[in-house]
Amino acid sequence: MTSFPWLTTIGLVPTLGAVAVLAAPKTREQAAKSVALGTSLLTLVLTIVACVRYDAGGSRFQLVESHSWIPAFGVRYALGVDGIALSLIALSAVLVPIVILASWWDAEDGERSVRTFFALILVLETMMIGVFAATDVFLFYVFFEAMLIPMYFLIGSYGGAQRSYAAVKFLLYSLFGGLLMLAAVIGLYVVGNQQLAGSIGSFDFQTLVNIHITPGVEKALFLGFFIAFAIKAPLWPFHTWLPDAAAEAPTGAAVLLVGVLDKVGTFGMLRYCLPLFPDASHYFAPVVITLAIIGIFYGALLAMGQPDLKRLVAYTSVAHFGFIALGVFAFTSQAQAGATLYMVNHGFSTGALFLLVGFLIHRRHSRLVGDYGGVQQVAPWLAGAFMVAGLSSLALPGLNSFVSEFLVLVGTFTRYRTAAVIATVGIVLAALYILLVIQRTMHGPLRAGLEHTPDLSLREAWVIAPVLAIIVALGVYPKPLLDVITPSVKATMHDTGTTDPAPKLPVAQEGDK
Amino acid sequence: MSVLASQALAQLAAAPAPSPVPASGSFSLTVWLVLLPLIGAAVLLLSGRRADPWGHLVGVAASVASFLVAVVLFFSLQGHAGDERSIGQHLFSWVPVAGFHVDAGLLLDPLSMAFVLLITGVGSLIHIYSVGYMSHDAGRRRFFGYLNLFVAAMLLLVLADGYLLLYVGWEGVGLASYLLIGFWTFKPTAATAAKKAFVVNRVGDVGLGLAIMLMFATFGTTSFVGVLGNADFVSSGTLTAIGLLLLLGACGKSAQAPLQTWLLDAMEGPTPVSALIHAATMVTAGVYLVVRSGPIFDLAPDARLAVTIVGAVTLSMGALIGCAKDDIKKVLAASTMSQIGYMVLAAGLGPAGYAIAILHLLTHGFFKAGMFLGAGSVMHALDDEVDMRRYGGLRKVMPITFVTFGLGYLAIIGLPPFSGFFSKDKIIEAAFDKGGTSGWVLGTTALVAAGVTAFYMTRLMAMTFFGEARWAKGAHPHEAPSVMTAPMVVLAIGSVCAGGLLVLGGSLQNWLEPVVGQSVEVGAHTISPTVLTLITLLVVGGGVAGGWVVFGRRSIPVTAPAAGPLVVAARRDLYGDAANEALLMRPGQWLTRWLVWFDGRGVDGFVNGLAATIGGGSARLRRWQTGFVRSYALSMFGGAALVVAAVLVVRL
Repeated sequence: MTSFPWLTTIGLVPTLGAVAVLAAPKTREQAAKSVALGTSLLTLVLTIVACVRYDAGGSRFQLVESHSWIPAFGVRYALGVDGIALSLIALSAVLVPIVILASWWDAEDGERSVRTFFALILVLETMMIGVFAATDVFLFYVFFEAMLIPMYFLIGSYGGAQRSYAAVKFLLYSLFGGLLMLAAVIGLYVVGNQQLAGSIGSFDFQTLVNIHITPGVEKALFLGFFIAFAIKAPLWPFHTWLPDAAAEAPTGAAVLLVGVLDKVGTFGMLRYCLPLFPDASHYFAPVVITLAIIGIFYGALLAMGQPDLKRLVAYTSVAHFGFIALGVFAFTSQAQAGATLYMVNHGFSTGALFLLVGFLIHRRHSRLVGDYGGVQQVAPWLAGAFMVAGLSSLALPGLNSFVSEFLVLVGTFTRYRTAAVIATVGIVLAALYILLVIQRTMHGPLRAGLEHTPDLSLREAWVIAPVLAIIVALGVYPKPLLDVITPSVKATMHDTGTTDPAPKLPVAQEGDK
Repeated sequence: MSVLASQALAQLAAAPAPSPVPASGSFSLTVWLVLLPLIGAAVLLLSGRRADPWGHLVGVAASVASFLVAVVLFFSLQGHAGDERSIGQHLFSWVPVAGFHVDAGLLLDPLSMAFVLLITGVGSLIHIYSVGYMSHDAGRRRFFGYLNLFVAAMLLLVLADGYLLLYVGWEGVGLASYLLIGFWTFKPTAATAAKKAFVVNRVGDVGLGLAIMLMFATFGTTSFVGVLGNADFVSSGTLTAIGLLLLLGACGKSAQAPLQTWLLDAMEGPTPVSALIHAATMVTAGVYLVVRSGPIFDLAPDARLAVTIVGAVTLSMGALIGCAKDDIKKVLAASTMSQIGYMVLAAGLGPAGYAIAILHLLTHGFFKAGMFLGAGSVMHALDDEVDMRRYGGLRKVMPITFVTFGLGYLAIIGLPPFSGFFSKDKIIEAAFDKGGTSGWVLGTTALVAAGVTAFYMTRLMAMTFFGEARWAKGAHPHEAPSVMTAPMVVLAIGSVCAGGLLVLGGSLQNWLEPVVGQSVEVGAHTISPTVLTLITLLVVGGGVAGGWVVFGRRSIPVTAPAAGPLVVAARRDLYGDAANEALLMRPGQWLTRWLVWFDGRGVDGFVNGLAATIGGGSARLRRWQTGFVRSYALSMFGGAALVVAAVLVVRL
């Protein structure tokens, strides 16, 4: 590998930035924040360059790096991205500077160090990039677990009143899943080792895809990975840590937690569960689809019943993760491309919702829906931004989420018709939970005490405007992203030995004209 | 152009369906129909307060400019032979995924052209009227932004060249109506009505969405050319399913039973919005969808029957509700329900009815917009009073409003030669001509409802413009300024002439023929058209006389008198809301509350309990958190040890 190690560089820059931030003297806190922002912007620029260098029509994994790490077990420091991973790395790289700018004054009030807060966010970025870029299963596991540490401190040190409970709950759930996955990783290694005669074994993703596993073992290993991912995503009924964690986390951390970290779960299902254990994935698909559909309705109904704004947004995400998991396990290229696009889109739409909810809470110092009302009259820009973010969340056509949600549904429809029909009914509930919260907070008569609520500040406008712009752009013209995602999804479909159901009446596609 | 077009046609000659001619020349303007109001909306909504002084002018300009483009395109289209009047404009590749390619492209053909002229023409008049109507509202700029958005979404809906892009316009219309119905967001009733409109529409959207999915699963595409051109090769069961799903979509947008409940509440919006929703946009979308999907419905008689039934039920419900309401806007809203029901009924009759449905849609566009603007003018004069029991005798103080409204009234009850006569009469005739029991039932329903329409519209006229003044104290009604009356006059002229002009020499029928096909001439009419027209006029005359006797000649009590069960039911919208509340809302709220409890106690309680048991009490668990990194490290270490152990086992 003589080429420039793009992925290592992109991953390392934030950590170097974190060291610089921590090294800054306490008196230069403001400068340290600027360093943090600058670092994240540099990471973004590097990511954009990497995206440009990525050839959508090229080989499956690109920008690859591979170095021996633990030779005794064949563990390698191996990085590389396909279209799916690249999209999610891009999502992380875009969200981190936004989160840093949004959190500018958030760590100020507490007793904990401001510098540590920003350093933790940067370290988290390294972990997020690593987890998506790893092509060695062991390395993936290391990032998967290590990712918890900065998030644990972000919630536990800088969160709301119940932060300790939330942080421990988050950690326990994740550790439980992580241990299951570790067992499965080891099991996979053992199985691989038995087949790869004369070698020391391997954790290499592409090598492991090609080994043969006996059905019983495959199912067990699948479950090890899947439960870890289902907790991470989270899928119903593994979701109860999320509302607590997201509600207690500081706004910026909540954006990254739900926007990116949780995607590791659905990403893992698509990247690891399906190609590594295709037969088991098919075997368990009906179960997963059932859980996904329950999640769609359960999340939506609970979102409607939440008095707490942040918990509300967290529950909408449970519903959205249901859609994503449905798309992954529908085994059609439309549904899986939709699910991948959904992961990116959800990062932006839910990210925007968390940010705006954070702005609101900052004004009134209350998370309760009931403490708001009529905000539109005093802060029209804030209300307008909230509306756009909400419409994205309910997948209004013309905005980003619609394309992904429709692809998931139409792709599911061609294989699991009943499931698709039931899931489609969920869009009514999505309209309800979004419009209800908009009505309760933004519309109606102005609540006493809100008369002097300021509208978006310049900094806040700079935070939210790029997200909203992306939401519109990806709704109108998702082609660049889809062009990157589609070949990788096809490769995944190939790994699972699945082809799309043909239409009853094959008609020349418009695209073939 | 013609060379290009004929080349394109020659190339596509082998295709199973007539493909649209690629847009060139003046037709490349098609996209500007949508873009102009869309840009208008973006400018108005993003430029903030500094645009307040001139924002409404931008809004009017955007809509009028779009109308001018429409006129240019109309004449360009007329310059083509009938079967070359289908122009496709490819914009960009929108959703390209393996096996699922959807391009953003527009289709301008006689059907969409008719809608474009109605939307931009009537829409522009409503824009102009709103300059006066909203002149004292602090949110006027925002209002015009939403109006522009509404027009843009509706234009996208009728110009899309495939179902998925149509869906974008479809939900865009839903959004715009949500924003406009709830324009006065500080009113809780307005906010609730807006939300209700969007959510009920979403129920319909589920139908349209599923129809699109079924189309993709069946045809492998969602474009009009691919779906409608190949409908012949698909089993009638599948087509019936698609047809019924499309009908569900149409019911939402067009406020047809059982999704009609949002329409009456939608009166919470400013009155020009009602005119826009009821005449030029939104509720006509369902009729468009059915007519556009004609090739599917042609081959699915069961779906068509369902369409006619929905139409007949809704037109009766609307007429019944219209008789009992005292709120002038709600009477007009109920009449919209009813009139759209007529259109849906006609569209369900298949090739015999498509053109008639569109004819009624166009004439209705004029007279209903005119009457809503007239109602707005009355409200404007009486401090936003909507209760007709507080009106009376207004014909003397508001002569222009009275005359323009009166012409709309004559049009809607179907008196010859006003425009409604031509369209409604034909629908009744076509319904009878369907033949069989269903023809008799549908025809009789349409006929009787025509009489009821005459009754409740006469009631409205009598209570508003005739009789003694029952105005609230301190009211000084006056005629509206000319910026408001001018659009009313134009629409009144349309109410008088549109029907005759569109029917004369079968002009609309001929114009639409390339899209909807030739109207099938029925061999023998069930009832001779002349006789049927006379019967209809008699029934209508009866309705007018009844309305006048009950409401014109007696004095109107200021509070609504007690009434029998039927009137009470009609006053409560035939219990549509009550049914929704009992069947959906309350169980939903109960379920939500129970689930919130369950999530905390059940799922989470189980987990916490487990943790507490294992950890020896949750208190101790919480105390763990300070030193937790240590135990985390421990577990990492344990994991690593496991790895080592495993590897050793394998090695050995």
